[in-house]
Amino acid sequence: MIKISNLHASINGKEILKGLNLEVKAGEIHAIMGPNGAGKSTLASVLAGREEYEITEGSVDFDGQDLLELSTEDRAREGLFLAFQYPIEIPGVSNINFLRTSLNEIRDYKGEEQISAKDFLAKVKEKSALVELDSKLASRSVNEGFSGGEKKRNEIFQMAMLEPKLAILDETDSGLDIDALRIVANGVNKLKSDKNATIVITHYQRLLDYIIPDFVHVLYDGRIVKSGTKELALELEEKGYDWIKAEVEAH
Amino acid sequence: MNDTIQVNKLNAFIDQLTKTDLPFSKDIIAISDATIASNDFPTTRTEAWKYTRVGKISSIHGNDSELIIDKISDSHIIDANALTFVFENGELIQQFSNKEIPKGLDIKSISQASETELALIGKNVKLEKEVFNSLNTSYATDGIFVKIDDKIQLEQTIQIIHIVTGENTISNMRNLIQIGRFSEAKIIFGYFSSEATSSFTNVVTEIFVSENAKLTADKIQYESAGNFHVSTEQVAQEKNSNFSINTITLNGTLVRNNLNIEIDGSNCETHLNGVYLLKENQHVDNHTIVDHKAPHCESHELYKGVIDDKATAVFNGKVFVRKDSQKINAFQSNANVLLSDDASVNSKPELEIYADDVKCSHGSTTGQLNEEAVFYLRARGISKKSARHLMVSAFIEDVISKIKNEEVTNFTHSIIKEQFGWEF
Repeated sequence: MIKISNLHASINGKEILKGLNLEVKAGEIHAIMGPNGAGKSTLASVLAGREEYEITEGSVDFDGQDLLELSTEDRAREGLFLAFQYPIEIPGVSNINFLRTSLNEIRDYKGEEQISAKDFLAKVKEKSALVELDSKLASRSVNEGFSGGEKKRNEIFQMAMLEPKLAILDETDSGLDIDALRIVANGVNKLKSDKNATIVITHYQRLLDYIIPDFVHVLYDGRIVKSGTKELALELEEKGYDWIKAEVEAH
Repeated sequence: MNDTIQVNKLNAFIDQLTKTDLPFSKDIIAISDATIASNDFPTTRTEAWKYTRVGKISSIHGNDSELIIDKISDSHIIDANALTFVFENGELIQQFSNKEIPKGLDIKSISQASETELALIGKNVKLEKEVFNSLNTSYATDGIFVKIDDKIQLEQTIQIIHIVTGENTISNMRNLIQIGRFSEAKIIFGYFSSEATSSFTNVVTEIFVSENAKLTADKIQYESAGNFHVSTEQVAQEKNSNFSINTITLNGTLVRNNLNIEIDGSNCETHLNGVYLLKENQHVDNHTIVDHKAPHCESHELYKGVIDDKATAVFNGKVFVRKDSQKINAFQSNANVLLSDDASVNSKPELEIYADDVKCSHGSTTGQLNEEAVFYLRARGISKKSARHLMVSAFIEDVISKIKNEEVTNFTHSIIKEQFGWEF
């Protein structure tokens, strides 16, 4: 699905990613954990195509395509989805109008027909139920006046609507109470198939009780320094990140 | 050398014009003539014209253009169901104008009105030092006369269309609108051009809204690039009246709107909404004055602009609250989005309050599109261009949604799509 090789990225001349390697296959869920400032959100931003970051070295292969050559919108159209850590409020642009535009531009890119109004509404109904999002929120302005939990549920709702090949959840659990966390996780689990993959970026192990990862990676100082299974997350939860730092520095 | 020779461009300008033969009061004409004789076109040293240069208007030297419109296209009709009157270069075109007039309404060209009927002409419009108002008064060709009796609920919308045609055409159109007590009406003003270049349209519309009356006006300006337009709406509201105006400016090389509203009675409601969308080298200047002369009234003003390329916009909104006008709620807001580094706007909201028990606010914002939001939309597969369109449309839709006449809304949307490619 995606193969990240020796990825180096900087912002304002400061190197954040320092040779990151990661491969995710279809059907897999990978968790990326790490202390603050390790480069977790930078990785998400670079993959989504934020232009402030400069890629100095390395490559990203996304289903046979050079991801780094694609514009942000083309990455999305090819099936990459980023659930934002801080979903932005866009006054005046209705969620519905936004999603219809989004779906249709993706369809247009693939040479498919525009979605009919009827099918679109049916899909909105089905997918908003998946994350228990009030259908009234769907017709409101994008994220405007949404609570923190509603914003995150709206991200997963969009993910459900767009059916991406690869979803990257950037700290989707931050600031969620346990009920919202369950709803979000439940949505992600229901969308899982053997054809898509998910990268869960998180600081805390808690989310991984609900979204069970196949692999857990520790990102530290711009590189993945340790990989394991879900037990690694529990170990990190128990022992913190200091032992990882010590291990890395010993090398 | 030059500073010893005073060249008065206004003198040269009026040489090509014909004095009005409309039966306006002699006093009014005399004041206008005096203003013209003792002034020149305003320069940027004149406070009210600080950011708007009218040099290109003063150098228009035209001839009497022949009227050329032989059919009226859909692109010049905003509301197909309305009671329509079409003017070309300041002259009424009978064949495109309605002949069946509903009861309780007197509507005709100003030239068909008597001196008594035109007694209100010039009553409120400032003529001293006001060159454009004076030009319009002394050289008016024609315009619309609307008088609605008391207690008339006019179902049909009145639509006044002005089309400028030809090269270097100068049109001085003068309108008088009077709404009787307890009456209600809707009026559309559409300013268009057809095969016109370097032409100048100068309109003065005097509006009187009587006690308990309600008037809604939608004004669409869509003259093609290369043409110049100055218009003044002078509005007087009596007590318990309601006046709303939506000013939508979508094209034209230079457009200046003076919207002056005097609220003379208590318990009035006033709404002023404006949208201006500019590109290339256009210049649009909206000057508004809301003068609260009586207590217990409210006024709401919302103007929004989107400025692209090298275009420039001006917003100057003044709200006066006079000494004994207590319990006034007056709100004013101007917001602008600049789409290019070369676009600019001068926005000046002003409040002058002499009463002590009022609620007033004003604000002005100018910025670029939120790039974070553009990125968010792009991350969902929406192209950069569509993302910007979605956001710009949302920004102005806030004002367009205040237009109550669906035909006007649809017309506005379709022009915006044609002119800018933005969809709603």
